[in-house]
Amino acid sequence: MSSPAGPAGPRTTPVTRSVTGWGRTAPTTARLVRPVSYDEAAAAVRACGARGGIARGLGRAYGDAAQNAGGAVWDMTGLDRVRAVDTEAGTVVCDAGVSLHRLMEVLLPRGWFVPVSPGTRYVTVGGAVGADIHGKNHHVAGSFTQHVRSFDLLTADGAVRTVRPGTALFDATAGGLGLTGVILAATIALVPVRTSLMTVDTERAADLDDLLARLSATDHRYRYSVAWIDLLARGAATGRAVLTRGDHAPLDALPARARRAPLAFRPGRLPPAPRGLPDGLLGRRSVGLFNAFWYRRAPRRRTGELQKLSTFFHPLDGVPHWNRVYGRGGFVQYQFVVGLGEERTLRRIVERIAARRCPSFLAVLKRFGAGGPGWLSFPSEGWTLALDIPAGLPGLGPFLDGLDEAVAEAGGRVYLAKDARLRPELVDVMYPRADAFRALRAHTDPRGVFTSDLSRRLAL
Amino acid sequence: MKDAFGSPQSLLVLGGTSEIALATARRLVARRARTVWLAGRPSPALEEAAGRLRSLGAEVRTVAFDALDTGAHEEVLGKVFAEGDIDVVLLAFGVLGDQERAEAEPATAVRVAQTNYTGAVSAGLVCARSLRVQGHGSLVVLSSAAGQRARRSNFVYGSSKAGLDAFAQGLGDALYGTGVHVMVVRPGFVRTRMTAGLEPAPLATTPQAVAGAIEAGLRRRSEVVWVPEALRPVMGVLRHMPRALFRRLPV
Repeated sequence: MSSPAGPAGPRTTPVTRSVTGWGRTAPTTARLVRPVSYDEAAAAVRACGARGGIARGLGRAYGDAAQNAGGAVWDMTGLDRVRAVDTEAGTVVCDAGVSLHRLMEVLLPRGWFVPVSPGTRYVTVGGAVGADIHGKNHHVAGSFTQHVRSFDLLTADGAVRTVRPGTALFDATAGGLGLTGVILAATIALVPVRTSLMTVDTERAADLDDLLARLSATDHRYRYSVAWIDLLARGAATGRAVLTRGDHAPLDALPARARRAPLAFRPGRLPPAPRGLPDGLLGRRSVGLFNAFWYRRAPRRRTGELQKLSTFFHPLDGVPHWNRVYGRGGFVQYQFVVGLGEERTLRRIVERIAARRCPSFLAVLKRFGAGGPGWLSFPSEGWTLALDIPAGLPGLGPFLDGLDEAVAEAGGRVYLAKDARLRPELVDVMYPRADAFRALRAHTDPRGVFTSDLSRRLAL
Repeated sequence: MKDAFGSPQSLLVLGGTSEIALATARRLVARRARTVWLAGRPSPALEEAAGRLRSLGAEVRTVAFDALDTGAHEEVLGKVFAEGDIDVVLLAFGVLGDQERAEAEPATAVRVAQTNYTGAVSAGLVCARSLRVQGHGSLVVLSSAAGQRARRSNFVYGSSKAGLDAFAQGLGDALYGTGVHVMVVRPGFVRTRMTAGLEPAPLATTPQAVAGAIEAGLRRRSEVVWVPEALRPVMGVLRHMPRALFRRLPV
């Protein structure tokens, strides 16, 4: 796992080591190769051997999407050049291993921001395309690849193709989990900003009905919107939540002192979470107390609060290696989406999670806008709920299988970049274009060069 | 591939008619396992076991495997691994033997030792090599609490399990960091065909309980699993008991 602090240095010779996703479950061993040029990347693909290879960025995929047992894992963080910023057109051309954190450092002082940011800045551009990430602005801006003008893809035949939107290869690669090739570089359209601060409105929702009503009625007024939901609250309080919504602050919203350097980007960082924390630190009681405190701490209603960009978008990035707090048993993140009109399914699932008392303190609910063209892309119009659960919770596997059934029946899907446990039979139900995806892979990569634990597990 | 909870999708059982192994296979098929290989001496019992697992929805194949025929292990097991990844290998063959007869006829004692130890060393190493190439997988080795201290009443069996247990631990250390996980399972007295007619020892358990413990151990990636868990402290005491005292215990 590469640390957010940066790669350890060039690794031209492969190292064999154990690899897991961010959730730290299901470790497997692979040969790690870190190409630092396009030629080295092409050579690595050619030399991958019988068990294939998969590109990996900063290891923030929760499950097994960026691991490849017995084969090669290409650490792409060595390809880290920001090659050109066009401040006229508002685009950036950069290598696939560049992180969104780095892009923010480069772009914010120039008055530009990334079009889509997930809950962490420590994802690479290649990973952002491969997972077709979404952010708090999905309801107005869509997912990451909808802002990608083109990318360079190293395919199984060793050739590099410039792939543009509207082509089958683009749509298969957007959210394609690295299984169509290795992304080497991308051109991304940016968003202009005047300041590096956010104006944030906070409000509490007393229960799930209240939350959905508020999101339905007023979400369109905000560029960014997300709700933290207390999944341990039961009874009348089921689904109580804190909504935080906002936009980039205009210059005149800043106090005089901050106006001197309105585009400064200084995210704070705490010391990392220690290694070797015990399992069960996040039990029902501790998480329940935290959730109650967090809910009550939030103001009933507050408008126009100025927050640092990092506080609003990436609160957890302040604690490096926060995934260690789940202990060595690790954790799974469960994220699904169901369409508008499926509120009953959403409610049933929230009630089941609440009744089961899953200790989840990072549960997030959001309203997605229309989905993009990616064949395996996750976001689609409707409601999405994401929650972290300790993997060691007894009976969690069958419980989540039950939720999968409800999601699939409602025409919804789970997020494959976060998955580590989906029943393979459900992939085709949830992703009707999975067959087209397999057919394209069979055509462009007949030897199965691009292989991951996820592709083996889900037969993709 | 195993999922986040350690549930395998493919399983190879060495000793395909073992009640513990079949109880485990049923549990794993109820979760994620879809491909099961049952390796054992060809017999109606082996086919029947395969049929029962098939009726649970798994794709089951049988393969002729004889623990004593170590010369054939590479070829037989190599063919299984050539068909696709194996997420869990369950090394479950073994014989109890008859202690009295073994003491009277050394040849029968040798057979117990060869099945339980030599056969397992051979099959275990062959599987370990393939698992290592895969970069993932678990090798579950059915040892026994009896291997923790030789008892007058079944020291031939006990000593073979002691050897197997030490072998499996060492193999686990050798495979550390390769992505392959070795789990030693030490059940106490299990009520099965093998122990039919014997007086159950204290803390006796069932194949189903052992299967449950194996599944939990896979989830936790445990290195040693006792069934029941209470045996761990009990055997801890028995192991260190002075021989003069141990000899007098009615075990």
